[in-house]
Amino acid sequence: MKKLLEIKDLSAGYDNQVVLENVSLTILANDFIGVIGPNGGGKTTLIKTILGLVKPISGEMNLLISKTNIGYLPQVNQIDKRFPISVIDVVRSGKADTALFSSFHQNKEEKQKAESLMQEMGITSIRHKSIGELSGGQMQRVFLCRALMNEPELLILDEPSTYVDNNFEGELYLKLKELNNRMAILLISHDVGTISFFVKTIACVNRGLHHHPSNIITEEQLASYNCPLQIVTHGNIPHTVLKLHNDHHAHTH
Amino acid sequence: MHILIELFSYDFFVNAFLASLLAAISCGIVGTYIVSRRIVFISGGITHASFGGIGMGYYLGINPLVGAGIFSILSGMGIQLFSSKGKVREDSSIAIWWSLGMAIGIIFVYLTPGYAPNLMSYLFGSILTVSTGEIGLMLALAIVIILFFTLFYRTILYIAFDEDFAKTSDLPVALFNYLLMVLISLTIVLNIRVVGIILILSLLTIPQATANLFTRNFGRMMFYSVGFAFLASFIGLLVSYFADIPSGATIIFTQVVIFGLVKLIKAF
Repeated sequence: MKKLLEIKDLSAGYDNQVVLENVSLTILANDFIGVIGPNGGGKTTLIKTILGLVKPISGEMNLLISKTNIGYLPQVNQIDKRFPISVIDVVRSGKADTALFSSFHQNKEEKQKAESLMQEMGITSIRHKSIGELSGGQMQRVFLCRALMNEPELLILDEPSTYVDNNFEGELYLKLKELNNRMAILLISHDVGTISFFVKTIACVNRGLHHHPSNIITEEQLASYNCPLQIVTHGNIPHTVLKLHNDHHAHTH
Repeated sequence: MHILIELFSYDFFVNAFLASLLAAISCGIVGTYIVSRRIVFISGGITHASFGGIGMGYYLGINPLVGAGIFSILSGMGIQLFSSKGKVREDSSIAIWWSLGMAIGIIFVYLTPGYAPNLMSYLFGSILTVSTGEIGLMLALAIVIILFFTLFYRTILYIAFDEDFAKTSDLPVALFNYLLMVLISLTIVLNIRVVGIILILSLLTIPQATANLFTRNFGRMMFYSVGFAFLASFIGLLVSYFADIPSGATIIFTQVVIFGLVKLIKAF
């Protein structure tokens, strides 16, 4: 299987604060990795380093595909929702290598790509709306279209299920599963229970990174990973098993 | 109507008319970028910092606008440098440059022997005294801005909307940020004569706010902003001429009145 990215002993962070330490991760062409971990554990820093937005402090990062072959869906709260831009322009911005001097030659291929993606996501009717008028689910669809404009080999999504209704969440994960047939996916989520149902492997990021070879993690493993999260398991319906209630605060009888 | 035709036979009035048109073009376009990107406060900092250059110009006996140009570009770069490399909070960095420029200006105006002519016109604008040479510079700037924003419309839009995403697309983000900062500085400096340092921020924000009531499309907002800026500047120019009140202040007042009226009409 084709290797897309290789990270070795990488440390990264902001200013003088190390957020990620000695992280290693290899992403293959058919991977679907769910990235879980506590807030502030370094999930977003990891993908920002992969995207070249954060410079590594030490270690190696070999991107074996072109940077523009990564599709990126940022956290919605990083977007200025009052910016005067229409849906179609947001989608088209996904193919920015044609942006320079584009005023004078209309790129037909790019427009068709945008149209077919919007069709696929069911957002053609809102193409001229400004992004401030959209619901959470519509906005995520728009940003997913933007991320797919380059037909990426690697799709990175940062919390795509925030501010969306359950209906769209299910739809989104099914869509991602389908996309995984043609691209690798790295999905950050706080919603461990749900994503474990769709992803192939799980990476737990909490300063360090542990790439678990399946999508089932036991409590013991989480504990040894130093990943303070709920246990992940599978059944016929997506569900989460919570830790047994063992009373540490012993009652005085 | 007769009076209008008669007014246009005066050179000073033709110049004032052209100045209001050219100011509307440069401020309308650049202001849309400023407002969309939420860098109004940075622009305010650059505007006021340019006063340092005006004071220096008086002291050294050179054209104060040249000094203002140097100071505004330096402060624009300085604000970015302080906050990105110097780890100063951005708003604090803006305030430092803002007040430093004003302070330098006041010291040099004080040190300049004798009376500083036209000082008030730099602070509050004086559209009726704009010279033909200044019109030429404003025209050159308007052409550069139109060309730049037409050629690179999508690049500017994408970077302004989502800088991180633009970086991942390999767009020359840093280069465009600096080029746009220079254009903002030049726009401010060359329009100082129209409405003055203290009031120029209004030309960069009020027409855009009015335009924003009609559209949420970056490109259309630029066109509408130019239109509203021109309308307000021309009406303000006429009112100030006939009522014999300061032009800069009248133009700003007209802009706010137009904004208020449009908002009121839209509400019903």
